[in-house]
Amino acid sequence: MRRDVVTSIIGMVVFTLLLGVVYPFAITGISQVAFPGNANGQKLYLKGRLIGSRIIGQQFATLKMHNGKVVQEKGVPLTEQDPRYFQSRPSATKPPYNAAESSFSNLGPNSTVTERAIAENIKAYLEMERPYLPTLTAAQVPVDAATASASGLDPEISQANARIQAHRIAAVRHLPLSTVDALIANYTSSRGLGFSGEPGVNVLQLNLALDRLTGGTGGTGGGD
Amino acid sequence: MTVTGWLTIVLFAAILTALALPLGVYMARVYTGERTFLSPVFAGPERFLYKLLRVDPAHQQDWKAYARSVVLFSLVGWLLLYAILRTQHAFWVPHLLNPMGFHSGTWDVSFNTTSSFMTNTNWQYYSGEVTMSYFSQMLGLTVQNWLSAGVGIAVAVALVRGIVGRSGHSIGNFWQDIVRTVLYVLSPIAVIGALILASQGVIQNFSHYLTAHTLTGLTQEIAMGPVASQEAIKLLGTNGGGFFNTNSAHPFENPTQFTNLVEMLLVLLIPAALIFMYGRMTGRRRQGYAIYATVMMMFLGAAAVAYIAEAHGSPAQHVAGLHTHVIAGSGGGNMEGKEQRFGIAGSALFDVVTTVTSCGAVNSAIESYTGIGGAVPMANLSASEVIFGGVGTGLYSILLYVLLAVFIGGLMVGRTPEWLGKKIEAREVKLAGLGILITPLAALFCTAMATATKAGTASISQAAAGTPQGFSETFYAYLSQANNNGSAFAGYTGYIAPKAGNIGAHGIKFANILGGFDMMLARYAPILFALAVAGALAGKRVSPAGLGTMRTDNPTFVVLLIGVIVIVGALTFFPALLLGPIVQGLTGHLY
Repeated sequence: MRRDVVTSIIGMVVFTLLLGVVYPFAITGISQVAFPGNANGQKLYLKGRLIGSRIIGQQFATLKMHNGKVVQEKGVPLTEQDPRYFQSRPSATKPPYNAAESSFSNLGPNSTVTERAIAENIKAYLEMERPYLPTLTAAQVPVDAATASASGLDPEISQANARIQAHRIAAVRHLPLSTVDALIANYTSSRGLGFSGEPGVNVLQLNLALDRLTGGTGGTGGGD
Repeated sequence: MTVTGWLTIVLFAAILTALALPLGVYMARVYTGERTFLSPVFAGPERFLYKLLRVDPAHQQDWKAYARSVVLFSLVGWLLLYAILRTQHAFWVPHLLNPMGFHSGTWDVSFNTTSSFMTNTNWQYYSGEVTMSYFSQMLGLTVQNWLSAGVGIAVAVALVRGIVGRSGHSIGNFWQDIVRTVLYVLSPIAVIGALILASQGVIQNFSHYLTAHTLTGLTQEIAMGPVASQEAIKLLGTNGGGFFNTNSAHPFENPTQFTNLVEMLLVLLIPAALIFMYGRMTGRRRQGYAIYATVMMMFLGAAAVAYIAEAHGSPAQHVAGLHTHVIAGSGGGNMEGKEQRFGIAGSALFDVVTTVTSCGAVNSAIESYTGIGGAVPMANLSASEVIFGGVGTGLYSILLYVLLAVFIGGLMVGRTPEWLGKKIEAREVKLAGLGILITPLAALFCTAMATATKAGTASISQAAAGTPQGFSETFYAYLSQANNNGSAFAGYTGYIAPKAGNIGAHGIKFANILGGFDMMLARYAPILFALAVAGALAGKRVSPAGLGTMRTDNPTFVVLLIGVIVIVGALTFFPALLLGPIVQGLTGHLY
């Protein structure tokens, strides 16, 4: 019994050092040398300023102003989607795309709350896109555009979603639709090993490329 | 549904089997003390560890001594982990390992978390990125991810030794088993897994959280941390506790379509290999293949049902007028709480992979699954961790079921039941029965307590209160904790932290404490029963199989085994499943 207690205590200390210190530091050391960009979160800079991570989605919106003041609701500033940019999926974090506190919506499949949230998302999407694509109907809204993602930080949207938004982008930025579609294809990820998962379009990279093309907020985006 | 979706499920099963077969052979060599190709690397460190631990690996333990070592080692680990979690902000924690200056969570949530990581459950009432310092994540949680996995595997190996043993009462040496498990089995795969993940974009650093200025001039704070090292062992050890709140849905934990595949393989690799190891160690590989066929069929069935249900979409979507079929450039289905890169198939399969095992990692929000889609993980949990199951726990749980099936089969044909040449008698059957029933009992008792009391219903999320969804949340919580799984209908709350760093936070004591005991009872009682079975079998004489001996390696037995698992699970849980997810799956009605 006593022997077991002693061994347990020594064992716990030894394993804590081995598995809780040596192991993670070794993985950190190797990763920082071998793939520093990925290990540090694939940061993207614009004119020397950090604008985000390549694989963390963000909101392409501006603060809602009224009489020169930011409009707030319960202390949280309200935002308006910026029509010059492709828009990310709805997010359940507070505020949306808060990458310091990821969250699901946790809304149930038979819940009226879920139904209302989806209906509002469809309405907002149609209001945003219909002026540039008058034939768009509710039944054509891609699922990902009207549902909150799992992490609240989804960096990607579906190709169907991107192609619909392309009409708005082409009009607002005075670009041929084919140019925008070509850009979408450039930033579409593919399935793992050809079968795992679904293709998706990286919204942040796509918007950065648009800005490079038409001036936008200007400058060149670059890796870490 | 798409062809690619179905292909994902089939190819995953094929790749898994191809990888698990050789690993099973390797593990059988490790635990029978034969030389392996890694012996030149690990033999030295292994001897050194025995010396440090003052252990004589040649000393054989009977089941009681083995159990005592398991319990004491776990108890010491519990105390250390609790101490680490309660002193996050203490002076000895270097700034590097707590750059955000997080304080400790409340005592009740620490109690729940400690019990959770000790028992390989990784149920999390807290959100990682606003609660845990890097120090706690590494020295506390990561270490227990390794060791709780190691304990599970050790117990499974001990049970197999009892089944095949011909030399009296010894079932091995716990200290030798845990050292070998960590060195020879877990560490090579964890290191390779962590590096593959880091190379694909899972972060690994000790940075302060970043502040980014987005393209449109907003600010975005981005959590950082040593994620890859924890991610690999969290999956490999079927622990499942996310570094971040949204677990493997978070792009920093699971960045691409490819990493999703790697992560699913890491989860099932060892549970699958253990079954082949069992075949090898009994000297009759077909015994392993029969169990593998049993669990693989149940696994594929669960994956198919979940995929079909989620591809069909939810009633809320249909009422809102959202399309759910596949169109050009969009996979359709129920995408609420799912990530674009994983899609429906990659989410449904991940969900099944982590709920048949005791992993409980999630890459999508289970609470937002359709009624039937959400019933699948609950049904998986209701089968008590036998469809592959957790590392080690899965093997010893299904072996208890095999014993029960042999007994029932023996009753049916009217002969004394035999298993691998050993007579199965009243003592083993009683112990196996208790080992099998304790988990459902704990789950149902706790669910009843939490449903019937005000203190229990306080945890239900606002949107689900007073609906079948609310019952599902509660039932899932205690079922998941009893099965040491850790996945959740995450609306169920036990900890409220108004801002990052735990200041001003409070826990829901009832949920934290009941859950903590739920996990510990359902972990250690079955371990003790499994070891007692090992002890009872170890001393039995082996008699040659006769004409009348029921075979345990043919399709008939596979059918019998599936029948026993389904009947025990269904009889125990059917009423509860009906009250929650199934009633939702049967209606298109919203409430």
